[in-house]
Amino acid sequence: MIRIAIVGFGTVGQGFAELLERKREEIRKKIGEFKVVAIADSKSSISGEFSIDEAIKMKREEGRLRDDRKADELIDEVDFDILVEATHTKLDGGSGLSYIKKALKKGSHVITSNKGPLVADFEGLMTLAEKKGVKLMYEATVGGAMPVIKLIKRYLAFCEIESVRGILNGTCNYILSRMEEEGLPYEQILNEAQELGIAEADPTYDVEGIDAAAKLIIIANTIGVDAKFEDVERVGIRKITPEAFNVAEEKGYTIRLIAEVSKETLRVSPRLVPLSHPLAIKGTMNATMFKTDTAGNIFVAGRGAGKEETASAMLSDLYDIYVSN
Amino acid sequence: MNEVLITLIVELEDRPGQLLKVLEPISKMGGNIVGIVHQRGKKTPLNRLPVEISFKIDSKKVERLIGSLRSSGILVRSFNEVKLTATTSVLLIGHLIHTDISDTIQSIDIDGEAECVEMHVSMPEISGPSTAIVTISAAGNERLKEAVEKLREICRRKKITMIEPINEDLV
Repeated sequence: MIRIAIVGFGTVGQGFAELLERKREEIRKKIGEFKVVAIADSKSSISGEFSIDEAIKMKREEGRLRDDRKADELIDEVDFDILVEATHTKLDGGSGLSYIKKALKKGSHVITSNKGPLVADFEGLMTLAEKKGVKLMYEATVGGAMPVIKLIKRYLAFCEIESVRGILNGTCNYILSRMEEEGLPYEQILNEAQELGIAEADPTYDVEGIDAAAKLIIIANTIGVDAKFEDVERVGIRKITPEAFNVAEEKGYTIRLIAEVSKETLRVSPRLVPLSHPLAIKGTMNATMFKTDTAGNIFVAGRGAGKEETASAMLSDLYDIYVSN
Repeated sequence: MNEVLITLIVELEDRPGQLLKVLEPISKMGGNIVGIVHQRGKKTPLNRLPVEISFKIDSKKVERLIGSLRSSGILVRSFNEVKLTATTSVLLIGHLIHTDISDTIQSIDIDGEAECVEMHVSMPEISGPSTAIVTISAAGNERLKEAVEKLREICRRKKITMIEPINEDLV
């Protein structure tokens, strides 16, 4: 019996719990029986006897869970095999970092969707996990459902990855591809994106390339480039004019926010992308191009955000923990 | 091998077989003909036809080739090496005019080994930011990278947003 504890019960945490319930039969067949033994949000928790549906209902109707016990106490006191950490990203690591450390120290595996802890202390967390003989899985931190992390670790295990270039922020890609299509100014398309719920009321985190840079740091460290967030040369998309797309098009280019890591480069910036290039994708999609020594160029694309997409990436981590052992 | 692009102008007598006398030696020395412009309307007073031939060839062979053309009786009017073989485009956004665009562009000039060969500026409002796509040519990829790096520096100083292409093999 795999015992799962979930910390962070917002969209992502609930999405994961729902998917566990929906795929219960397939999970049972592929990796075995499981049980969610505890769930915590920022101020409350539930453990002992309860069902996933019951917890979700409680959270939606009452805005909290049954007990007052805090997440860190829960991690200390409840026995579980896997911690699913789905709290909000804070670049200094936030409480997510301490939850993950606690769980690893206890000897349990961790699946996280939270970029913050990995950006803050990638090396430290990996070393800790290794020392404890457990796994820290983080597919959902980069590119949502698009396979990136396990692609690097498994499929490209014996490749030297010379560069990774990707579109890692769906909000920026939506804004840029709409500007390209409509010839409208940035502000106007941003408003449209905000109305559609694609951009936040304060879009800084996305449009200044912060989110993409955080993901780039995770990719960089995964391919063995020791890099910190502050090392990323970062330029956002606010200053791009509608005319830029016209003059670029005359030369056969469009403009996309590209995150790039190689031996010489670590940057997130708007770039000219040939119109026929696979990275010239439209809408909220994410895409990544890996340049390798032996496998040539590998291109992947997929939905970079969304409740189910994120949950599906986390479920793939769960599978990996048990099947690759 | 350092391949260069040569533009050669010869004057040929207007009778059959003359062009071949020029093309054959080029081809024998491993040259690759890129283009031939026959200027029929521009006959010289001596009733010869100027023909412009562009070809790529190993730089070491240029002198020998020209010498052998001359000694076979071909009238070589001129030949020049086009050094700029690597090209890329970058996009600039900002107050390009107020920050002296010609100074910005000239900053990339590396002893004639890199220069701006084409520019298209779009300026919707006189007070607003303008946008330009600039094509830079240089003598090889290394020089081109240097030129782009110089431009990047000056754009940083002038607060101009510079958007570079993702193609790593700058063409």
